[in-house]
Amino acid sequence: MQTETKAKAEASKDKIAKFGPDIDIAQFAEAQERRDISSLSALSPELLRAAQGVGIELKEEARAGTFVQLDHSVIYQRIKDSYAGQAEIMSITDALNKYPEIKKKYYWQAVSVDTDKYTSYAELNPMHGYFIRVFKGSKLKRPIQSCLLLQENQTLQNVHNIIVIEEGAEVQIITGCSIAPKVKQGLHIGISEFFQEKHSKLTFTMIHNWAGEFHVRPRSVAILEEGAIFTSNYILPRAARSIQMFPAAYLRGRNAVANFNSLLWGLGDSYIDVGSKIILEGDGSRGQVNARSICYDRSQIYARGILHAKHDNTRAHLDCRGILFSKEGKSFAIPELIADKAPGSTLSHEAAIGPINEEEIHYLMSRGLSRQAAIAMIVKGFEDVSILGLPPELETYVSRIMELTQKEAL
Amino acid sequence: MLEVKDLFVEVEGRSVLKGISLKIEQGKTYALLGPNASGKTSLLMSIIGMPQYRIISGRIIFQGKDITHLALNERARLGIGIMFQKPPQVRGVKLRKICDMLLPGGKKKKTEVFAQGLGLSEHLERDLNYGFSGGELKRSELFQLLCQNPELILLDEPESGVDLDNISLVGRTINELLHPDKNGNPSAIIVTHTGYILQYIQADKGYVLLNGKIICEGHPLDLFKGIKKHGYERCTECKLRQRLKPKRVKTK
Repeated sequence: MQTETKAKAEASKDKIAKFGPDIDIAQFAEAQERRDISSLSALSPELLRAAQGVGIELKEEARAGTFVQLDHSVIYQRIKDSYAGQAEIMSITDALNKYPEIKKKYYWQAVSVDTDKYTSYAELNPMHGYFIRVFKGSKLKRPIQSCLLLQENQTLQNVHNIIVIEEGAEVQIITGCSIAPKVKQGLHIGISEFFQEKHSKLTFTMIHNWAGEFHVRPRSVAILEEGAIFTSNYILPRAARSIQMFPAAYLRGRNAVANFNSLLWGLGDSYIDVGSKIILEGDGSRGQVNARSICYDRSQIYARGILHAKHDNTRAHLDCRGILFSKEGKSFAIPELIADKAPGSTLSHEAAIGPINEEEIHYLMSRGLSRQAAIAMIVKGFEDVSILGLPPELETYVSRIMELTQKEAL
Repeated sequence: MLEVKDLFVEVEGRSVLKGISLKIEQGKTYALLGPNASGKTSLLMSIIGMPQYRIISGRIIFQGKDITHLALNERARLGIGIMFQKPPQVRGVKLRKICDMLLPGGKKKKTEVFAQGLGLSEHLERDLNYGFSGGELKRSELFQLLCQNPELILLDEPESGVDLDNISLVGRTINELLHPDKNGNPSAIIVTHTGYILQYIQADKGYVLLNGKIICEGHPLDLFKGIKKHGYERCTECKLRQRLKPKRVKTK
């Protein structure tokens, strides 16, 4: 089994990804291993700021647990005492040692190891990542947070994460990926495999903060059993050289639900190719994709979406909207609906790219807003974090993070 | 309060108002009657200052100030409010957000009161006008006007697309707007094609527009009665008579 996985990885070492610019992985060095830290406050001030900028709460008061990986080193992993027995969080390396069955049950069981050269690299050069498991029936009141930081320039970070939400369990996970200010170039490869058992609920909110010459290649797949609900939120408030990802959710069980929401800001020369794919396999399964993108400067944004119905009595909708603010930018909306031997499935989409409607601006101006304020209100509304379906306190928190980061970025 | 002097307006090179003059007095309500494309809505849009309505000549004076070339939002800030016939949907902007902006700090509590009165409590967190029914759109517009509390209220076909259940609520709310519980009522101009709204609102004076011009004026109910009986075609004839006897204005 292990040999077979390795062989597949070896065979796909040079397999170019279907989308996005091809990256020469060899140009980036691997970072060194570091020591653990006892608390998040032990991080350097610049890393603390970087972590805060992607939603990490340093005091951990409002969090059930925390995982931090700096470059290639897991430096902090902790589940709060009050949540012991409800969830566990540790490096994937430790988890594979502690629970050998994980390898067969979860490792590369959702994402294919031979997807492309990036998944291949992750298998052939494993460098941690996290394992989060929420135990059966546990409904965590506080979110779990994870933070993947990179502090050395021209290096790569390569993580493999596994998230298991057992039957009836519920959790919010905030994951932030960020870099130290001195990092200008680099590559982040992130493999994330989600397994949701019956009637479990997971909201996974990922905030990215990269630099203008940084490349990002996440590869994520979720597998949902009966009645499970998966919400994946992706927020990109800053520039990156290139980001390409196409996370997928397989709704295998009856009445499973998947929601993908993304808020993308194309800044500088960013090349952003972000898709979402929902495969409806279970009777009564449902899906929704909401993508919002704003294209500035010379950025290019591809917002893709695939709704693939393989079973009758399934339903999914894709809402993909973009605003192009720059004459040098490019914005693409590429929805794809596939009814696959499932005549009773209902798939729909709305895709629109355009300037802000003058009629809407004039309407708000007729209430006394200046033109600039009216545009700002519409743009803010366009990138409305309420589409993320977060609880109110987390929604306010994410709004604040976005506002601060965007202010800096612009 | 408002004076429109010999106003000529174009939209995309097409002449829509051809020498309109009228005076709006403080606290009075005026009805604008006329067939489709007669210039009623164009007059309201020109008064509020919609940019696509290009003023060729003439003047608009509001409370002694020449606002002919003032920006739309500046006019709103001076105290002109409008109820649109077909307001646009603004995705992502919540109805509550607009009202929070319109209501001064000390009066934020009124949001809930106004919303409840108009059956819009659950709409406060919804995107502005998105997925609203015809009646809900009208109520949303009136709700925003209640929050804005303008000195001059422009109402563009408040009864269009409203069912019988909603029309009395719309009429009652307009009366509330026109006769607030304080000294000094605002003025209003109501555009109506069908005239039904006049059963709910007491208007002081009516104007009939045809082809971008005011062709007749009088008591709104008398004008409406005549129009209902003879249609707007008779107004043209009336206009001809007016030319012969300008001081005797009748629609019959």
